[in-house]
Amino acid sequence: MSGAEKIAVTVTDIVPLNELVTRFEFKRTDGGLLPTFSGGAHTVVEMRDGDLTRMNPYSLMSDPMDQTAYTISVRRDDEGRGGSLFMHRNVSVGDEMTISYPVNLFSLDLRAKKHLFVAGGIGITPFLAQIKQLERFNGNWELHYACRSEALGSYVDDLTSHHPNETHVYYDDQDQAIDLVNLLDGQPLGTHIYVCGPKGMIDWVRATAAKEGWPREAIHYEEFLAPQPGKPFEVKLAVSNKVIQVGEQESLLEAIEREGVDAPYLCRGGACGQCETRVIDYTGNFIHRDHWLEDDEHASGEKIMPCVSRFEGKTLVLDR
Amino acid sequence: MSKFTFPESIRSRPVYGTLEPRAGAAHLLIADAHGAEAILDIATPDMMAKAHIIYIPKGEAFEDKLRALNPAQFYAGPTYGAAESRIHKALSDAKMGLQVYLSGTEGLMGQAQHAAMQAGIPHTAIQTEHRGSVARRMQCVHCKGITEDVEIDPFVCAHCGLNLFVRDHYSRRLAAYQGVCIDAEDPGNVPEAKGIYE
Amino acid sequence: MTIQFNDETFRDDYSFRNSEWAIKRFPFPFHEDSYMYSVNMEQHRGGPEGSVYEKRFDVDEHYVAEMRDRAMVLADDPLRCQSLPHMTLAGWDLLELIMVSKSEDYPDLFELYRDGNNWRWVNKPLGIDDSFVFLDETTLPYGPMEYITRQAQGDFCVLDQRDDNLWMDAGTVTTQADWSLDFDIGMNFFEWHAPVPLAHEKGIFVRALKFLLNIQQGAPARRLNWTMTVNPLLDTSPENYHKWGIQKTTITPENIGAKQHLRVELQTFFRLPRSNALVFPIRCYLCNFQDLMTVPKWGRRLHRVIRDLPEELATYKGFIDNRPMMLDYLSKFDDGQPTSDGIWPDLDSEPPLKA
Repeated sequence: MSGAEKIAVTVTDIVPLNELVTRFEFKRTDGGLLPTFSGGAHTVVEMRDGDLTRMNPYSLMSDPMDQTAYTISVRRDDEGRGGSLFMHRNVSVGDEMTISYPVNLFSLDLRAKKHLFVAGGIGITPFLAQIKQLERFNGNWELHYACRSEALGSYVDDLTSHHPNETHVYYDDQDQAIDLVNLLDGQPLGTHIYVCGPKGMIDWVRATAAKEGWPREAIHYEEFLAPQPGKPFEVKLAVSNKVIQVGEQESLLEAIEREGVDAPYLCRGGACGQCETRVIDYTGNFIHRDHWLEDDEHASGEKIMPCVSRFEGKTLVLDR
Repeated sequence: MSKFTFPESIRSRPVYGTLEPRAGAAHLLIADAHGAEAILDIATPDMMAKAHIIYIPKGEAFEDKLRALNPAQFYAGPTYGAAESRIHKALSDAKMGLQVYLSGTEGLMGQAQHAAMQAGIPHTAIQTEHRGSVARRMQCVHCKGITEDVEIDPFVCAHCGLNLFVRDHYSRRLAAYQGVCIDAEDPGNVPEAKGIYE
Repeated sequence: MTIQFNDETFRDDYSFRNSEWAIKRFPFPFHEDSYMYSVNMEQHRGGPEGSVYEKRFDVDEHYVAEMRDRAMVLADDPLRCQSLPHMTLAGWDLLELIMVSKSEDYPDLFELYRDGNNWRWVNKPLGIDDSFVFLDETTLPYGPMEYITRQAQGDFCVLDQRDDNLWMDAGTVTTQADWSLDFDIGMNFFEWHAPVPLAHEKGIFVRALKFLLNIQQGAPARRLNWTMTVNPLLDTSPENYHKWGIQKTTITPENIGAKQHLRVELQTFFRLPRSNALVFPIRCYLCNFQDLMTVPKWGRRLHRVIRDLPEELATYKGFIDNRPMMLDYLSKFDDGQPTSDGIWPDLDSEPPLKA
């Protein structure tokens, strides 16, 4: 079986936070306790949308020690393939759903003398759980949170009222921006920086920190990519001896699963490396979108991450 | 000769590189004996303006040359032990962006690396370059005592007196290689000692 | 069943014995007539009733005696149990995992009562009844990892996961196959395995690490490993090698059946929830040759495996000098008949030894 262990849950609360973001609360359908987790963990939520099963990763934002319920926040993506739209439009309180056990690809380095969090927009969610974890053990942390506007600043009020000294908020529409070079300068030795937000922000923080002489191991980031729609294409699965079609609105991984072929996965967002698949033969071009493979691996034509990457061309044969 | 090519070894044995100047808010350079040459190779006026050099000459005559680089701070001391409290102070005052450069003997680099790691710098971010003696700092796995500057294999533990063979298994935390009793299964049968790399 | 705990020793007079029950459930590590390294991981989700795979943490007749031996080792050398400062949370994770598993799997032996963070733990075999506050170290006599591993058979390595590697940052190690926690603590996966011959070249550790990094909550894994030990000595530590090494030379054709033990490690791997660390319990089972030979399949197979083992492995496992004597003994139990696949004794289906 692929993916993490599953848990049957019931949607127990839905709270729209603003125009774009809605919070969902899940409890175990059997009434039992949920597993504890570590701050930064995500769960993969399965959505039954007609014949289609969508599986999207969302960061757990509730208190990791609270075993009664999990909460996630979903930002509506009108351009995407519909996972977030499904959550916003089709999910109601009382619905039964399946989620995965928590998986952490963005954990705290517990050796850090200080944790410096940089969040952009919905990227705030993993930090909400990490902050709760650190507060429980008197951890040393500081948050710098950039939002588009006050109206779209999810959880800003909560953070500033509970943690006024640690929380720093920046609104794009008020021309406020994180002064990153200044922020990095003077942090005590042993500080770790964590960034979660849009790709541009992650790249900016990583590049700036590296330029200021921060060690690679002290820079942590997480960005889940949603699979993007694209032109349909055909794939031959050599091991299972099948030729399958990947539709415009589905990922290569989803198409493989639809055909009943078991393929490993964990995050479904190009980050964990589990679904890495060997390319046996191809004529055409890869559209690599993952964070997992190195540039030279992308160029080699030998590997693909089917959760987020696509293909355009005549033939693609995979070792699956 | 101050440069030595170490033979291929197991994965726990440290691999040393060649120092290179890196961007950073400050530079801490720690060297002993011929390690001074590696600093002289990379020093630039810009780097020295933000540099703290800590040097243990061990009888070598590089102190004046290092001082002439005009670093922001300079210290020369008789032993690592004598320099240790100063190294800890420099690290506890340091901020992120500090670059650490270590050069000289394995014992010096290992101990300074451990101090920098304790302060929060990952070991992979600490640059090292071996120069000079190839003697090893050895821990006796039996009595836990450290014997400095071991050049032969097997050797006698300076603390408990057991005959130990020199392993390549290395602990960054102890800044030492492991020494294990060589005649446990045949007491008294100790092969003749030879140089570690002979 | 209720377990009858043995009153036995793993040192000095070596009164350790396996009952017939223990011999039959011994985790014989060879699934075929030859051995080479492999990642050989499988899910750890129970196994045949009565087998060492059945429970998450196996408890057997040696439990009380092994815990007594551990207490003696730790009194002599407290460095056998260490936890780097950032690993305390993982220690609590481990305490919870073991207490919950044992109280659910052996309700007649262990009881756990939880009211929020106020916990009461009852360990009947060891006569312990402690109330404490979960996550409050001041309410336990030891740190959480040490407290619970003084009550659980086998060694425990607690591995921090970061930078796509695993780091040996905490552990209780008193029944080890000749490696030192005190020396290896803080090393990464490749470093602490550095002295193992052949396996690096075969890519075993790269594949094993990839597997282990992806072990998730609720989905533990397991494998077997093995070596040889003269006398039922649990604590074959490098620290004391200058004292016990000489015992390897006491083997004779007359005593080898009783003195030479096959030492098997049941290694399991669990993701720890709050810390995201991985715990790696290494449970040691000992069985002497003469007891193993009561299972005809194992007699045939052990002879073939030891005979054909590459020299590097026999050297690394520390029995190269004794191998000829072992083969003299074992060959008497190999009549050349074929053996069935798998590790199980198959007493009902395998033929008895031909005279």
